[in-house]
Amino acid sequence: MKTKPKTNDLILQTVTKVATFVIVLFSIHIFFAGHYTPGGGFIGGLMTSSAIILLLLAFDLKTVKAILPVNYLLLVAVGLVFSVGTGTGALFFDAPFLTHAFEYFDLPLFGHTSLHTAVLFDTGVYLVVIGVTMTIIQTIGESE
Amino acid sequence: MSMLHWSILLPFIAAICIPFTGKITRKIHTGWFVLAVPIAIFLYLCTLLPKIKEHTTIMESVSWIPSLDISFDAYVDGLGLLFAMLITGIGALVTLYSIFYMNKEKENLVNFYVFLLLFMGAMLGVVLSDNLIVLYTFWEFTSLSSFLLIGYWNDRKASRYGAQKSLLITFLGGLSMLGGFIALYVMGDTFSIRELISMAPELIQHPLFYFSMVLVLLGAFTKSAQFPFHIWLPDAMEAPTPVSAYLHSATMVKAGIYLVARLSPIFALSAEWVWIVGLVGIITLFWGSFNAIRQHDLKGILAFSTISQLGMIMSMLGMGAAALHYTGNDSGIYMAATAAAIFHLINHATFKGSLFMVVGIIDHETGTRDIRKLGGLMTFMPITFTIAAIGSFSMAGLPPFNGFLSKEMFFKSTLTMANADFLSLETWGILFPVIAWIASVFTFVYCMILFFKTFTGKAKLDQLPKKPHEAPIGMLISPIILVSLVIIWGLFPNMLAETIIEPAVAAIQPVLYAADPYHVHISMWHGLQPELWMTIGVVALGFILYKTYPSWTGIYKWLPKRFTLNNAYNKGLSWMDIGSNRLTRGYMNGNIHDYLVYIFGFTFIILLYMMWRVDAFTINTTSVTPIGIYEVILAVILVTASIMILFAKSRLTSIILLGTVGYTVSLLFVLFRAPDLALTQFVIETVSTSLFLLCFYHLPKYKPKEKRVRFKVTNLIIALGVGVTMTLLALSSHSTKLFDSISEYYKQVTYKEAGGENMVNVILVDFRGLDTMFEITVLAIAAIGIYTMIKLRLERKGGAE
Repeated sequence: MKTKPKTNDLILQTVTKVATFVIVLFSIHIFFAGHYTPGGGFIGGLMTSSAIILLLLAFDLKTVKAILPVNYLLLVAVGLVFSVGTGTGALFFDAPFLTHAFEYFDLPLFGHTSLHTAVLFDTGVYLVVIGVTMTIIQTIGESE
Repeated sequence: MSMLHWSILLPFIAAICIPFTGKITRKIHTGWFVLAVPIAIFLYLCTLLPKIKEHTTIMESVSWIPSLDISFDAYVDGLGLLFAMLITGIGALVTLYSIFYMNKEKENLVNFYVFLLLFMGAMLGVVLSDNLIVLYTFWEFTSLSSFLLIGYWNDRKASRYGAQKSLLITFLGGLSMLGGFIALYVMGDTFSIRELISMAPELIQHPLFYFSMVLVLLGAFTKSAQFPFHIWLPDAMEAPTPVSAYLHSATMVKAGIYLVARLSPIFALSAEWVWIVGLVGIITLFWGSFNAIRQHDLKGILAFSTISQLGMIMSMLGMGAAALHYTGNDSGIYMAATAAAIFHLINHATFKGSLFMVVGIIDHETGTRDIRKLGGLMTFMPITFTIAAIGSFSMAGLPPFNGFLSKEMFFKSTLTMANADFLSLETWGILFPVIAWIASVFTFVYCMILFFKTFTGKAKLDQLPKKPHEAPIGMLISPIILVSLVIIWGLFPNMLAETIIEPAVAAIQPVLYAADPYHVHISMWHGLQPELWMTIGVVALGFILYKTYPSWTGIYKWLPKRFTLNNAYNKGLSWMDIGSNRLTRGYMNGNIHDYLVYIFGFTFIILLYMMWRVDAFTINTTSVTPIGIYEVILAVILVTASIMILFAKSRLTSIILLGTVGYTVSLLFVLFRAPDLALTQFVIETVSTSLFLLCFYHLPKYKPKEKRVRFKVTNLIIALGVGVTMTLLALSSHSTKLFDSISEYYKQVTYKEAGGENMVNVILVDFRGLDTMFEITVLAIAAIGIYTMIKLRLERKGGAE
């Protein structure tokens, strides 16, 4: 078996292994918190992609692709479907395109929470941002 | 939504469903499913006939874009109903015919029928809309579906050429028609045709009246293949024959005629309308019939024949419009031309439809449409022979078929025009009967060629790709129905007179009709009138010309190829191609530096100019935040880093310095309590810096020592300009308060209406959600663009090696 070539970025790689999870978790937090405190789909998506980029910098494209076998272009499409779908959904309730609805619920574990269709829309934004950033970086990075 | 609306939308709904039928039943020809649609609509329209006969009209309205005064108003009167019945009636027959024409195994039937249904729905929309914008939308849809159908066999070069040609010419007309409609809106402040008609006498005073008339006519003439825009129709014959029979003879090309008829009450008040419509029509009639004779392709003959017949109907509408200018007692003799136009429209659909189907059969059963190879088919296909005989004799204007009747009425109308003493018709009116007569002689000749060259004479079996035999009965049903109508309406034309022709005439000339109801009575024999002598003359001279025609075809060589309209079209197209290419290459030189110069240059020049013009430079220091120690530190870092970029020796250094600038700016955002912005800026900066590092490899070699002075001076000007402008803009916008900031509004409603507390994000996802949606769409497009550009380039490289 071929041994991996030795690299001198041991510290970076070790930190990355931990930091990536922290960043991704934080980005998800920021995404959900967006409606009440700073954050939202756009910034959450960017932060998630920056976590993946950190992986890219610490390791290499092939490794990252093996860890995260995601078709990012598909992600873009799914994100767009989310956003446009949320908007279209309003039409079925005889409301203008992109009208959002929200309601307060008492959920176990979360307590008094508001559920909002804007989250679905924002999920679309989140996915598109990750998809677009990673598509661009991956294609440019791969083309050597 | 009323039944009427549903019947317009039914074809569209069916078009969505059709692709799924193939998966369920592979054994049944898709056409059988489609056939139900036109039949259902046709039957529904038949129930409206009694109402229309009583001269009542039906109006159903659905609000579409109320803020722009656009509503989907379906309106049925005699004219609309006639066209709608033609569309669905002929549509049903053509669909039936196509089931046997289009091979289930070889052809992509789903595409074919989806396009056909799209067309059917769009055409119904055109003729049943009262709102001009809705009409226009459907109108463009018919052009689009015609384009798709002409290019149906898209592996053939001729198909693609024909499709493009028809698209360019009809869209050009459509666009100018839209201009005309908008001008009408400006004049009348409504898009409703009926409301515009009611204010017609005032409209003619308006300066935009002639402008709008010419634009609308351009739309009608291009669509109806009038001279000199007729050149697209012969090339459209590349479409499958059922399509040619349906779109390019019976229905779509008559949309222009419909438009002229529909808007006649508005425009016909001007003398120019009578002259333009009448003359263009009659020139087209002549030119089409004259050129039909030299065609060798059967469909080519029919194409030019269609052009010529469309011209004839058009000219009759023009002549009919003269009734509005007649001041005597008996305006009926002019309205007769309008009635003749409607009658001939119906007749043309029957005989031309059947002839196209006959040509389709011949093509299908012998493998060729070249008239030089055909001959003596009478014995092989007796039924087809009979159909063709009735169809072509009717087209030639021989009794006892319906074509004879409408041709007589046409001659009579031209003679009336020659005898008229208004609109300067006394001098030039004589042109109408003369050109009409000559054109009719040519019409007679090509009808004879079409019929006798194909079916009589010696059969040249060795030249035919297939051994000819009679077509299957399914293919014959539709043309048989059509030629039966040719005979029935030839013998009993008054069946149509009261039920549909009179209501249609009333729709075209509402004012005159209300004042003096014109009764249409069509008779086969009305004494030895001049028009009968004209017909006899046509037959006599036509017969001589037919017998001697190889000896005089030399006249077609007089016009050199360089001066033909087709040549002008081709040359014009390639010049436009080359010209726009050169123009674009002139500034799109592939150098990103130049592009940035354009972008920044325009930005700062326009901004500076506008600020100077509205005198917006103000500096007001009364409400500025005090500057603290942190701001000073950040500002110093910012300026230092920016200046250092200028002197950076390597690319890596400048990337890092650029990153420094970005991070410092986001720290400034933190100081000014904009956490959202700061967060975003931080992450963006991170991502873009790593992107820079990633595409290091692709960037050209770093040349910090660019020597050229001009290059440096341009850069200096742009950099200074943008910097100064932005500074001034920021200072001025801070110092000027023209109205209250919108943030107050958001502060109040964010929680109340959207249930959120983070204003920025609520604006993004809710208040301005549409913007965000389109922004992410743009992002997605950019990603796909980058992906394809890089991937395609790689693949090409890979292929070459």
